[in-house]
Amino acid sequence: MSSELRYTANTQLEHLHARYTGTGHADLTKYEWLTHQHRDTLASIVGHPTLTSYLAIADNESIGRVKFEMTERMLQPCGPPPPKDED
Amino acid sequence: MSEDTPRLVDSFTAPKEVLQEFADLAEEENVDPFAETASKRQIASRQSDYHNRRFNRVAVDSADAFKQAEDGMDVDAVGGYKEAMRLQRLEKEEQRVRRAIEDKERQAREEGQEKMDLDKTPPRAEIREAAEELAAMAAAAKRKRRWDIEELAEDEQKMKVDSIGGGEWSKEALEDAAPKKRRSRWDATPADVPVGETPKRSRWDQTPAAAPDAPPVPILMNAPGFMTEDKHNRYLTDEELDAILPTAGYSVVTPPPGYAPMIHPRKLMATPVTDLGGFQIKESSDAAAVAAAAGLVPELPTEIPGVGNLAFFKPEDAQYFAKILKEEDETELSVDEMKERKIMRLLLKIKNGTPPVRKTALRQITDKAREFGAGPLFDKILPLLMERTLEDQERHLLVKVIDRVLYKLDDLVRPYVHKILVVIEPLLIDEDYYARVEGREIISNLSKAAGLAHMISTMRPDIDHADEYVRNTTARAFSVVASALGIPSLLPFLKAVCRSKKSWQARHTGIRIVQQIAIMMGCAVLPHLRNLVDCVAHGLQDEQQKVRTMTALALAALAEAAAPYGIESFDNVLKPLWLGIRLHRGKGLAAFLKAIGFIIPLMDPEYASYYTKEVTVILIREFQTSDEEMKKIVLKVVKQCAATEGVTPHYIKQDILPDFFKSFWVRRMALDRRNYKQVVETTVELAQKAGVSEIVGRVVNELKDEAEPYRKMVMETITKVVSSLGASDIDERLEVRLVDGIIYAFQEQTTEDQVMLDGFGTVVNALGIRVKPYLTQIVSTILWRLNNKSAKVRQQAADLTSRLAVVIKQCGEDQLLSKLGLVLFEQLGEEYPDTLGSIIAAEGAIANVVGMTQMNPPVKDLLPRMTPILRNRHEKVQEASINLIGRIADRGAEFVPAREWMRICFELLDLLKAHKKAIRRAAVNSFGYIAKSLGPQDVLQVLLTNLRVQERQSRVCSTVAIAIVAETCGPFTCIPAILNEYRTAELNVRTGCLKALSFVFEYVGPQSAYYADSVVTMLEDALTDRDLVHRQTASTIVKHLALGVAGLGCEDSMLHLMNLVWPNCFETSPHVIGAVMEAIEAMRVTLGPGVLLSYVLQGLFHPARKVREVYWRVYNSLYLGAADALVPFYPDVGELSEGQNVYDRYPLQVFI
Repeated sequence: MSSELRYTANTQLEHLHARYTGTGHADLTKYEWLTHQHRDTLASIVGHPTLTSYLAIADNESIGRVKFEMTERMLQPCGPPPPKDED
Repeated sequence: MSEDTPRLVDSFTAPKEVLQEFADLAEEENVDPFAETASKRQIASRQSDYHNRRFNRVAVDSADAFKQAEDGMDVDAVGGYKEAMRLQRLEKEEQRVRRAIEDKERQAREEGQEKMDLDKTPPRAEIREAAEELAAMAAAAKRKRRWDIEELAEDEQKMKVDSIGGGEWSKEALEDAAPKKRRSRWDATPADVPVGETPKRSRWDQTPAAAPDAPPVPILMNAPGFMTEDKHNRYLTDEELDAILPTAGYSVVTPPPGYAPMIHPRKLMATPVTDLGGFQIKESSDAAAVAAAAGLVPELPTEIPGVGNLAFFKPEDAQYFAKILKEEDETELSVDEMKERKIMRLLLKIKNGTPPVRKTALRQITDKAREFGAGPLFDKILPLLMERTLEDQERHLLVKVIDRVLYKLDDLVRPYVHKILVVIEPLLIDEDYYARVEGREIISNLSKAAGLAHMISTMRPDIDHADEYVRNTTARAFSVVASALGIPSLLPFLKAVCRSKKSWQARHTGIRIVQQIAIMMGCAVLPHLRNLVDCVAHGLQDEQQKVRTMTALALAALAEAAAPYGIESFDNVLKPLWLGIRLHRGKGLAAFLKAIGFIIPLMDPEYASYYTKEVTVILIREFQTSDEEMKKIVLKVVKQCAATEGVTPHYIKQDILPDFFKSFWVRRMALDRRNYKQVVETTVELAQKAGVSEIVGRVVNELKDEAEPYRKMVMETITKVVSSLGASDIDERLEVRLVDGIIYAFQEQTTEDQVMLDGFGTVVNALGIRVKPYLTQIVSTILWRLNNKSAKVRQQAADLTSRLAVVIKQCGEDQLLSKLGLVLFEQLGEEYPDTLGSIIAAEGAIANVVGMTQMNPPVKDLLPRMTPILRNRHEKVQEASINLIGRIADRGAEFVPAREWMRICFELLDLLKAHKKAIRRAAVNSFGYIAKSLGPQDVLQVLLTNLRVQERQSRVCSTVAIAIVAETCGPFTCIPAILNEYRTAELNVRTGCLKALSFVFEYVGPQSAYYADSVVTMLEDALTDRDLVHRQTASTIVKHLALGVAGLGCEDSMLHLMNLVWPNCFETSPHVIGAVMEAIEAMRVTLGPGVLLSYVLQGLFHPARKVREVYWRVYNSLYLGAADALVPFYPDVGELSEGQNVYDRYPLQVFI
């Protein structure tokens, strides 16, 4: 019973998790995790009209422009990935 | 030799029985108790001869046209398409010649037989001739080996007949025994053919080596007959003969003097069939020799060097895995040999290993597939799949290997496509659904890997193969290819094949492919329907009968798949189909009718009516057919026609019904199960158009027919018609006849089954208030039958009562109901449990309709009578009585004294042990009802005490019952008692209390906010307990509690509980960790994701992987639950920025 569960229920849950973007695992790097955070933040701003208009007022830009820039920044929000360690 | 003549014996020996006993003993010692079941598991021994024709197939290498064209080599030189076609033609020619010879022989035989048949008493000369022939045969029989004993049996039989028949018998006996008619071909040949020559050599006799035109690389998948015992051709033993022949009036005649049987029969049976001249693979004998040399045959190894322990090892495996069974010096082997051994080891692990071993081996073989190469892999896998003693499990695993390997090898499989197909195609006609699915999967993957062109060139030769089996499986494989690669890509090829001028077999197969495509793909054929129909259309006028039949079947399949669309695609075939039914007879007609039956429902109403009229003439003519298949098809077509919109009720009443009833509503139809069903279905369909009174009026008199099966058929039809259409159409006269007939049929039944009962119930319920005049009669029937001697009859009467109770109440016959109730009450002493169950159910039904106050017998008498019955262990009784008691507790608890209810509470505890869930649920609910009327204290005490019992199921049910009591009477009545009980030192009680609490909080939901603080101390204790289960159950409580109080201002106590739950996140036991994770998830809802994130952040980048893994799991479920809400809570990590990577989230730092 227990082994069966260990092999099915829990691993299934982890498989399920892995299917979504933004979820992590034990070997995730700082860069990857933070990139996800930034994307979530940008998406959140685009998704909440109040936040978008707040930023638009602060930046003195049109709402459309803010939306556009936020969306654009989602591509590599924290810059290019750092070079991998040689090992 | 007669018994009384003294025998001269020169030596004495032990009595025969004693010798027999010793022989039996010796046999018993090495008897294999698994032998019988093993043969049942073997696929080959289970399947029909047709299925086993797969062993006849010869696979060839299919050249990879693409690869070799690249290399600039001659493709055909290596055994390509041309070669395959040549071989196929050769085989066909061989078959043709063989058939010609057979025909000639048969003709000759028939001529001889005609002479015999025409003349009743044959002239003396011919009798003598026949006698001589017989004698010759008897002599010839000695030359043969397999069939001689049967002949001997026949001779013996004849002698027996002769011995009692005397002189005047002999002539007829001779005629009877004259082998002209019954003789099989096997018997016939040796008599009139010179010795030493066998003109008809079956495929079995041919060895690939002997065949002059053997393909360049023939793989004979298996030696037929190897290691199998031929069940059909074995000898009849003396015991069997004794069982067949009557004992009285016969005597066993001793064999004529000078007759000596060649070998003792038992010895013959023991020798493997391989001796009998079938062929075998050379290699296999080598392998067997090797295995024998290694000393492996007698005791089968479970441990193989380099493989480890296996789950099992069969003697047949030894021949395939001989090379790895013995220790070898690995350094002497070449790379290829090493590879071969490696593959064999992996395969053996997969086929015979335990699940974990199998799993790793399967992964290895998949990963290394390209490294091993297609050749070495398939050379090992495919012969294994053709092994005769293959079992389902092994086949499944090997097919799985092929599937995985295919995926990796991709286009490298091309040279092996045909070989794989030969092995996999049989799966497509397997009787096991999953085998068929597996086969489809493989072939579809294969066609994706090899490409359409290659698949076509590989399978093309098999399309007009001489063997029907090969064509059949090929057609199915092609349909799989079509579904994998799309119908459009295969269409040009299909068109060409269906129009093939060369052979009718090709056309036949082409059309069959279309049929299979339709069957397999269903409505997905719609976009290509016109093309597919056009492909096969001309087949309706083909000169070959079989092609015409197949075309009609293909059209039927297409129409069935396309329903209810696509009639316009069938325009071209309508005329030939409808003309065809006038031209054909027999099987062809049946196929045409089938096609028409499927096409008519697609038509517009006016066309449907026209075409139905056209076909009806033929249908009515075929009503009289004696052919069972035809009958079924005719019935089906009538059903389909009747269901279409365009066919008017008038037409059905006028033209179809009279003949239909004349030919199908006869007693004979009721005898065959399948006919019976078809007739009932069709009649019900006709009733939808013709109306209830028309149909019921025609059959109602048959309810009094003397044949019971027929009465049943009538009853079933009436039931179905009335239940779907109601009884409002039935006029008064018919109503009288119907009720009369039903009562008669119900009373006269001898076999007790549902049909009559259902019929009675349905009709009476449909008539409703109209049955009032008959009720007295019906009820007196029931009352009379309730006192019948037979328990079954009593049971039926009770069942009928439960069905009629509602209607009796509707008719206002309360008097009758109370009478029935009283009689049933008196019957509660019934001893047959099935009957008792029905009686209680009937009493319950009456109590339901009359209500607790009017119930007669009064509830206060009824309930005490039920208490002892609750002890009955029979499921049906338990369920019926718990339902009745639950109903009383719910509606009329106040009529019964409290003490009685307490008594019932104790009895109910026993019901918590019941196997059936419905009983346990009813019992648990009854606790709730009883507690509601009595007050919770006493019931609760009973339930809490029950937590001390040993049995887990009983405890679990008690906890559920406690929770239900808490729900019905308010949590404040129970929670203090539960908390108090938790202080008991007993483990079971404490766990039970926790569980009960968990259910309580689950049921009461938001109400738990009032009780959250009062249970915190107990939860503190439970969550810090050493016992895992305590913590697990406590976590479940926390989950329900947290979800219940979300948003109700209990955050402080919840945070406290969270701190106690959190350390448990490192548990590994699956149930515990599951419960803990759920509690944490629930906390996310109550405390908010921000708080949770602060817990999680501490361990996401912990140096220990074990910690990180757990924390990331929590993070992931947190993230999936509230990704957006986490944004403001992510820590500010701007200071970690380095180089190009800036981690500040500037948009969040903006403020106005």
